[in-house]
Amino acid sequence: MTGSIAAIGAGLAAIGAGLGIGRIGGSAMESMARQPEAANKIQTTMLIAAAFVEAVALFAVVVSLLGNG
Amino acid sequence: MTHINNLKSIQYIIKKAIFTIVFSIVSLFSFANHDTTHLATANVHEENNGEEKFDINKTIMEHVADAHDWHLWGHTSIHLPVILYTNKGLDFFSSGKFNHGHDIYVGKYAYKMEHEKIHAVDENGNVLEDVSVLDFSITKNVATLLITVFGLILIFLTVANGYSKRGIGAPKGIQSWLEPIILFVRDDIATPNLGKHTNKYMPYLLTVFFFIWFNNMLGLIPFFPGGANVTGNIAVTMVLSVITFVLTNINAKKAYWSHIFLPHVPLWLYPLMIPVEIIGIFTKPFALMIRLFANITAGHILVLSLVCLAILFKSFAVGFATTPLIVFISAIELLVAFLQAFIFTILSALFIGMAVNIETEEAHH
Repeated sequence: MTGSIAAIGAGLAAIGAGLGIGRIGGSAMESMARQPEAANKIQTTMLIAAAFVEAVALFAVVVSLLGNG
Repeated sequence: MTHINNLKSIQYIIKKAIFTIVFSIVSLFSFANHDTTHLATANVHEENNGEEKFDINKTIMEHVADAHDWHLWGHTSIHLPVILYTNKGLDFFSSGKFNHGHDIYVGKYAYKMEHEKIHAVDENGNVLEDVSVLDFSITKNVATLLITVFGLILIFLTVANGYSKRGIGAPKGIQSWLEPIILFVRDDIATPNLGKHTNKYMPYLLTVFFFIWFNNMLGLIPFFPGGANVTGNIAVTMVLSVITFVLTNINAKKAYWSHIFLPHVPLWLYPLMIPVEIIGIFTKPFALMIRLFANITAGHILVLSLVCLAILFKSFAVGFATTPLIVFISAIELLVAFLQAFIFTILSALFIGMAVNIETEEAHH
């Protein structure tokens, strides 16, 4: 049964990362529409922030993988 | 002039699209081939165990992990050298002697390979637990690292020679392909974070960027020159992040350390803040390590899972249904390959910049 519980953990992590990256992407798009001249800068910071959110989700995925094996 | 530029950019986009499509299709077919051959070996396992099930987990993990042979096609593979160190000294032989883990090789000890891990065994094939075998073999990952090193040296010496021959003028040949990327690393990654220290750290940032990107792309190619999952190996990403860690802490200014040991908070918060700050020194490179490793490994697992679906269901219909999906995911992986190199480099620049430009950063607040 450990496998299925690990899968639930991975799923929960995906929900969190989805919410986080969705918010980052949405806000970045909004701010780019408001200020197209700052688009480049916003894009870079967006990617960095997304990488941080993603890293947390990937920690969870790695832990689930370890729990699975 | 703008017409010419437009035309050129359209040509560029078309070229890029063609490259992407061809690349995806090639990788798709080769993934497929790769897996049919493994299906064959998986079937062998089935006969041995008397089971009827195709073990998807095992197949995927075999593809993601490091190996002592470099699989080419069918039952053909390159047997890479095995170098072992035990208390009796060095042992050096071809991994073909193991016959994919079926045979025992007798050197200074008798060795057996189980799931790519080599153990010393006695005459009956029982593992000798008290003999520690240090494995320095040229595995698939090590061989790919060597290929990458030679490839990068070749490419960048050509580029550097171009500059020393022609000076700072219009680039030519491979130079014109790399110059925009080098400028991108300098102007969009290094300068915003490092400021006046840019030139000092450019060699490291360029090296790490192209190393990761090259290896990510090689990992996406499923056949010979690629196929190894180098940046999806936690040891490789650990070394990269340790270099960033060392660079950050060695070059850190006094303000960086006083920020950690004498933070601007009330005195009673010190027992809480100082441990948190000290842990923070280590979590940053740790996150770098896990991010690259998990992203690349997850991408490989995703593509392999989709490929395995058709084999799992033993149906052509599922194969046709998953094919566009695999092409799509492979194209996404091309983007991820670049993005992860970019993220690793920009975060390295950010961490180093935070340590060396700390006075200027304080002025912002």
